[in-house]
Amino acid sequence: MAALLEVSGLKAFYGQTQSLYDVGFEIPTGGITTLLGANGAGKTTTLRAICNMVRTDGTIRFDGKNIRGMATEEIVRQRIAHVPEGRGTFTTLTVDENLRIAAYTRKDKQAVRDELERVFAYFPRLKERIQQQAGTLSGGEQQMLAIARALMLKPRLMLLDEPSFGLAPLIVLEIFRILRRINEEEKVSILLVEQNAALALDLATHAYVLETGKVVMSGPSDVVKNDENVRKSYLGY
Amino acid sequence: MEQFLQQIASGLANGAIYACVALALVMIYVSTDHINFAQGEMAMFSTYISWQLMDWGMSFWLAFILTVLISFAMGVLIERLILRPLHNAPVLSIIVVFIGLLAIFNSMAGAFWSYLIKEFPSPFPKAEFGIAGVIGPHQLGVVLVTLIVLGLLFVFFRYTPLGLAMRAAAQNPQMARLVGVRVDWMLALGWGLAASVGAVAGIMVAHIVYLEPNMMGGILLYAFASALVGGISNPAGAVAGGFIVGILENMVAYAGNQIEKATGVYIIGNGEKLTVALIIVIFVLTVKPAGLFGRVVVRRV
Repeated sequence: MAALLEVSGLKAFYGQTQSLYDVGFEIPTGGITTLLGANGAGKTTTLRAICNMVRTDGTIRFDGKNIRGMATEEIVRQRIAHVPEGRGTFTTLTVDENLRIAAYTRKDKQAVRDELERVFAYFPRLKERIQQQAGTLSGGEQQMLAIARALMLKPRLMLLDEPSFGLAPLIVLEIFRILRRINEEEKVSILLVEQNAALALDLATHAYVLETGKVVMSGPSDVVKNDENVRKSYLGY
Repeated sequence: MEQFLQQIASGLANGAIYACVALALVMIYVSTDHINFAQGEMAMFSTYISWQLMDWGMSFWLAFILTVLISFAMGVLIERLILRPLHNAPVLSIIVVFIGLLAIFNSMAGAFWSYLIKEFPSPFPKAEFGIAGVIGPHQLGVVLVTLIVLGLLFVFFRYTPLGLAMRAAAQNPQMARLVGVRVDWMLALGWGLAASVGAVAGIMVAHIVYLEPNMMGGILLYAFASALVGGISNPAGAVAGGFIVGILENMVAYAGNQIEKATGVYIIGNGEKLTVALIIVIFVLTVKPAGLFGRVVVRRV
C-alpha cells in the first residue's frame, strides 16, 4: 500500500534546543500508526513538526507532496487534522461553533449540516450539548469535541495527541472504539501518540518507538507488542 | 428635572462615542493583548478624510460610507505593513510603534489640513424632533447611528462564519490555525474593523467637539476608561462601559453644579469631567481590575 505520509530525516528545534534527531517513518493509507515513547521522547514534537508548529528540517511528504515549511493553516487545508495535546477547546464558543469553525471556508451550507449530523452520529452526547459553552464540558466530552471538530475538516489523515489523557478508563475505551470506527468507516488514516502503550498497540496496525528524539524500533503492532524491551519499558510486564 | 434628563441624554450621546472607540480598543486588545494608543488619532485622521471628501462636494452619507471603507483599508494596511514584522517583538517595541503612529497621524493631519479648528456638519435635520427639549437632533442621531453600527458588528461576529473565525483566532490562535483559519489575516481584518468603528465615532463626534488634530485626545482617555470599566477583554462590556462613563461624567458635573447652586461652594463641575474619567480608570484598576463585566483570568503555573 502506498504511504500517505512519509517522514524522513526530520529534525525539530525549540529555539536553540534540538528535540528531534533524524526521525523517519511512514503512514500507510487507511491504516492506524502509533508513536510510542516515554515522556520527552519527542512524540508531541513529531506531531507538531508535521503541522509546522516548531522549526524543522528534513522532508515531510503528504500524498507525495513535500509539505514541510508550509504554513500550519495551509497544511490543515491539505486535510490533515491535528487533535492537539490538551484538546484545544475554544472554551468561550459553543459546541456548535467549535464544530462549525472547522468548516468555515466551505460555501455549501447544506453539506456542512450533513457533515454535522454525520459527526453527531459518532458523538451523540455532543448533540445534546450543542448550545452549551465548550469550556463547561467534561474532559471526556471535550476530547470528543476535539475529535469531532477534526472530523469536520474531512481529513485524510488525523493526528491524535494523547486522546486518553486525564480521562476515566471507560471513557477512554469508548473514545478508542469510536476512533476505530472512524478509521474504518470514514477511511481516515490515523497517527496516534499515546502514553497508554497497551491500548495504542491494540488499535494500531503499525508502531514506532521513539527515544530521545530518534526512532529506535518499528514494525507491525503485533511484533512490537511482543518485543521484550517494549514489554518491559512500556507495557510493564 | 428637565435639565437632569438633558444631562442624561447628552451623556448617552457622548457614551455612544466612547462605546465605539472603546470597542475599537477592545477588538485589537482581545486578539493581540495590546492597547492601540493610536486608535484615537486614526479616527481623527479618518474624520479629516470625510471632511475632505465633503469639501470635494460629496454628500455627508456618501463621504461617511467611503471614509469607513478607506479606514478599513488603512487599518488592514497598518497591521500588515507595520505590525506584522513586529509579531515577536517585545511589548515595549510595540508600544513605541503605537506612540509613533499617534504622532505621525497627528502631524500628518496638521500638515495636510492645518491645525486650525474646522466646523464639521451634522447630517441630521435641524428641526426639533425626538423628545423636544431633552435630546437634540444630533445627539439622538449619534446614538442611533452608533447603535446601528454596534448591532451590525454584533450580527457579524455572532452569526457569520468569518466573524466566528475571527473570534476563534482571538481566543486561541494556535488551535484556530489547526482548523485552517488564516489567523494573520484575521488580525488584519480586526485592525480594519477597529479603524472603521473609530472612523464612525470620529465623524459623529466632530460636529460636537469640532474638527482639529487633537480632537480625539480626550475621547481616547474616556474610551480607555470605558473599556476598563466594562472589562478590557469583553466587547459587550466595553460598549456598556462607554454608556456608563458617558452618563457618569455628566452626572458628576450636574451634581457639582447643583451643589454649587444650593450652597455656593464649588466642588466639581464641567471642567473636571476628564479628571473624573481618570479617577474611574484608577479606581477600576485598583478595586476591580477585570472590570464590571470582565472575567478574572486565572493562569495555571
